[in-house]
Amino acid sequence: MSGIPIYQILIVSTALFFIGMYGLFTRRNMITMLMSVELILNSVNINFVVFNKYLYPGQLDGLFFTIFIIAIAAAEAAVGIAIIINLYRNHQSIDVEDASEMKY
Amino acid sequence: MTASQIIFYLLSAFILGTAILSVATKKIFRSAIWLLFSLIGIAGLYFWLEVEFIAAVQIVVYVGGIVVLIIFSIFLTQQAGKEMPKTPMTRKVASALAVLSGFLLSIIQIYKYEFQLSDQRFYWTVEKIGLKMLNTEENGYALPFEVVSMLLLAAMIGCIVIAIKSKPEEQS
Repeated sequence: MSGIPIYQILIVSTALFFIGMYGLFTRRNMITMLMSVELILNSVNINFVVFNKYLYPGQLDGLFFTIFIIAIAAAEAAVGIAIIINLYRNHQSIDVEDASEMKY
Repeated sequence: MTASQIIFYLLSAFILGTAILSVATKKIFRSAIWLLFSLIGIAGLYFWLEVEFIAAVQIVVYVGGIVVLIIFSIFLTQQAGKEMPKTPMTRKVASALAVLSGFLLSIIQIYKYEFQLSDQRFYWTVEKIGLKMLNTEENGYALPFEVVSMLLLAAMIGCIVIAIKSKPEEQS
């Protein structure tokens, strides 16, 4: 199928996942950590679509999981950013090291 | 190499390169822009896989929604041109090592596994997706659909409640 074995596509999605993990490990800014989480979710989406297309072409379940993950990622980003803005109002900083109390 | 293979390698290099730049660059606004390019590259990969519907959803929701939201929050919380504090070298090296070992381990596992590839042609239409999405019988997705709609409503109300500006407390 298209001359590309499934392994190479899985390598791309695995690399994307671990790039996101690297960002999650090194960054201490909440917005950039949220961006790394988006990268991780996208790598999972690629996996679902590829498995659906190469292994079970008669079904559509991988596509449905992808659509639901995208919807939930949108909700997650919205709630995360509301929390970040609220945190910035109280602490004047969105560094995770500064947010060590849950007073408000 | 066929044209399809060349396009796949170009797309993968684009996705991974922009993703690395997105997690490594120092300025937060540039990081968001690199993320935008990476997400567009992933939409291109979906086009290459011939799932145009998912590609369209990706562009509309991720590129048009989430990245714009992230850029807005960057403008609301800090100066866009400001450089972020430097990560300590030890943390960088340690996380790079951890990530590389995890990556190699996963690749070895993937290559060990023998996938049962199917010879059937992958066939989907938007009509099939829509009918299955609202199907209440077996293998239908009506219940998750409703649950996701409730979740989106709850998330929207939750955002408003969290981000609302509380009134200054009355001094008595």
